[in-house]
Amino acid sequence: MILVVAEHRDGALNRASLETIAAAQHAGGPLKIVVLGSGMETVVGQLAAADAAEILIVDDPALEPYTADGFVLALEQVIRAENPERVFLPHTYQTRDFAPALAARVQRPLVTDCIAVRDGGYARPVFQGKLHADVAVDGPHLATFQIGAFRADAMKSGASPAPARKAAIAIDASRIRQKPEAPFKEARQAVDLSQAERIVAVGRGIKSQEHLAIAQQLAQAMGAELAASRPICDAGWLPMDRQIGSSGQTVAPKLYVALGISGAIQHLVGMKGARTIVAINKDAEAPIFEVADYGIAGDLFEVVPAMIAELHKSTA
Amino acid sequence: MKIVVCIKQVVTREWQLRVNDQKTWIRDQDASFELNEPDAYALEEALRLKEKHGGEVIVCSAGPARAAQVIREALARGADRAIHVESDALASADAVSIAQSLAGAIRDEQVDLVLTGLQSDDQGFGQVGVVLAETLGMPHATIIMEVQAGEASGVRVKRELEGGWFQWVTLPLPALLTIQSGINQLRYATLKGIMAAKKKEIRKVTPAQAPAPSQRISRLYFPEKARKTQMIGGGAAEAAKDLVRRLREDARAL
Repeated sequence: MILVVAEHRDGALNRASLETIAAAQHAGGPLKIVVLGSGMETVVGQLAAADAAEILIVDDPALEPYTADGFVLALEQVIRAENPERVFLPHTYQTRDFAPALAARVQRPLVTDCIAVRDGGYARPVFQGKLHADVAVDGPHLATFQIGAFRADAMKSGASPAPARKAAIAIDASRIRQKPEAPFKEARQAVDLSQAERIVAVGRGIKSQEHLAIAQQLAQAMGAELAASRPICDAGWLPMDRQIGSSGQTVAPKLYVALGISGAIQHLVGMKGARTIVAINKDAEAPIFEVADYGIAGDLFEVVPAMIAELHKSTA
Repeated sequence: MKIVVCIKQVVTREWQLRVNDQKTWIRDQDASFELNEPDAYALEEALRLKEKHGGEVIVCSAGPARAAQVIREALARGADRAIHVESDALASADAVSIAQSLAGAIRDEQVDLVLTGLQSDDQGFGQVGVVLAETLGMPHATIIMEVQAGEASGVRVKRELEGGWFQWVTLPLPALLTIQSGINQLRYATLKGIMAAKKKEIRKVTPAQAPAPSQRISRLYFPEKARKTQMIGGGAAEAAKDLVRRLREDARAL
């Protein structure tokens, strides 16, 4: 039996949970889905639509808001009671916060960031996605699935709603050591890149802050906004509000030009919805070329000035 | 405040990856290595906490003999002393083996805080820190963007959530934090730091007999190209001209 741990926020399931259910259906065999929190009628209703044997509800005020300790205490009991062969979770920030501790607690291996189920094992990216590894794992285990590895619309619905049951577990709130405060957003973002028609984004390949000028010139010549991958904003070369990716903005412009961006998944999730993607990178093996429509494997310091010249020439 | 920072030595981002003949790991005999970048942010945060609150920063690395390179680098940046859990098998070990090796070395140190990077640039498990916390019986918080220490209630930290959301969480000490890249601006070793590092202690520890790994790489390979990217060749000027034409005429994106 596969047990999927569904995730929700503000009374709605997240898309990653549906993707994880699709992954479990693809892997085959009986499927149960567990959801944790407090007062989750809407979420349970959404889950019941899935083709699954049962929805398990762990409803306890100690689980709202989320804490790592609370989730580990609850899921440890669920796993011991249900004894699933495999536990599937979405590879979200929340899962990354508690799943390794849960796996250690129940002494089962955890395979993270999986992109495929293969021969009883999994495929996962390593070395920043430049290589993939098939991973073999012994016995009952846990696995997390990368966002987008399975499609949410591939989730099969059941002929009738899946039965829901309250799991009989008790959580000792005094054992929850994390004291969370309410989530908040930073001051309003100065730049809303989601509205940009065209974006020129720079990554590590730009090498130094001074070189941003040529990216800026290209952006001007194209009528594009300038953006960046995480390492550029980490280094302080561009403000954080120009960051594209899982920890920054998600964009879907008409044109996205990636300069010296290798294409880590954290970046790709923020831009792969762009209509036309151009990648310029000196490493022909860079994962960014996986999602690009047009690619130039070359030196951006030669190609970009030539593009700027070409753009000025034909508009002149 | 006594802080342990866990660091890992990984191959440099620039090194052209090659897979070994068994297709189970990279051919790293002739690779160049560096400090795992996310761990560099954890080290920097520890040094800043020490500057503000006093105490000691101990770096701990579980890896083969060559990991001494990044340990010396960390000492040169300002860590006070180091523990090296040395074993060749740790170079490609799973997260649980690495966490147990680190736990064995840290357990008797009576620390206030353990900091790790978010994940490693090689295997990228994103597990070692959290498993280490569980093994040591400490509370933990992950993906941390700010640390406020020196409060009676423990340590107050700013967690990064998804989609631009953040959350403050307070933990009693001792606690483990996994640090998000970009939390601070990194310092680099000065000549004075490099000289001082030569006199600092590196304690070598042999890891306890590790249990058989529960997960292993059965095949390592370059991913197949999924999408038909139109690669544009030729010299820079020629390729640029061709690209601009295609963006105008085919993609109608300009």
